[in-house]
Amino acid sequence: METNKTTHVYQVYIKATPEAIWEAITKPEWTRRYGYRSIAEYDLRPGGRYRGLATEEFQSMGMPSVVVDGEVLEVDPPRRLVHTWRFLWDDEVKAEGPTRVTFDIKPGSNGITSLTVTHELENAPTTTAQITGAIENAGGGWAYVLSDLKTLLETGSSL
Amino acid sequence: MVTDDDQVFKALADPTRRFLLDLLFARDGRTLTELESELEMTRFGVMKHLRVLEEAGLVVTRRSGREKLHFLNPVPIRRIHDRWIDKYTEHHVAALLDLKNELEGDDGDE
Repeated sequence: METNKTTHVYQVYIKATPEAIWEAITKPEWTRRYGYRSIAEYDLRPGGRYRGLATEEFQSMGMPSVVVDGEVLEVDPPRRLVHTWRFLWDDEVKAEGPTRVTFDIKPGSNGITSLTVTHELENAPTTTAQITGAIENAGGGWAYVLSDLKTLLETGSSL
Repeated sequence: MVTDDDQVFKALADPTRRFLLDLLFARDGRTLTELESELEMTRFGVMKHLRVLEEAGLVVTRRSGREKLHFLNPVPIRRIHDRWIDKYTEHHVAALLDLKNELEGDDGDE
């Protein structure tokens, strides 16, 4: 089988502190307020578990209650978080296995912080389509999530 | 004052730069040499265009060994979508629905 390796990089500049961005990524009370509104559960240590829980609304549309799972690989608050990321939407995509997500948070000048999400995928075409927003009516992937996160942190309300 | 949006619109207002984004959309993570081979332009010219795209945040680079790889960053385009396109297409759709209702002379029932 041919190996199909891809890396996607998403970057956004946010007027917020690195700490605020770290919290927004790792704390469920924040993750439920932007993007797909999933509730993040992180055990923030190497080897710890990560789970993304679908909202009731998504569950009523047929999503499983745990929609993403993974294993935490690197934790360096508030600068860097690396974990595996397996999409559990259905059996087909689940069989594509874990991919890898890295969050890099870098403070800049004038209170502007950059957040870079690097998603590495291998032989995961459906997962790739999901995270790039290529599936119709399935949201806009990381670009949508990060745009919404920026709006939330800068204005106090999401899109 | 030059805003982030200005930089994105300016970067997109050029066919070569849009072509470069299309190339990265088709396959992400390319070197300057790879991108240059797709264009009839000097290496310097391609570098200049990539620089404009990078300054607008539409291209992000990463080092991989000795190579510098270019990635398409769709977030600024998404921001423009969320800020401009959504707003106007919503009105557009609403206007069409109003027209439909008026022409059909009812409350929009099929």
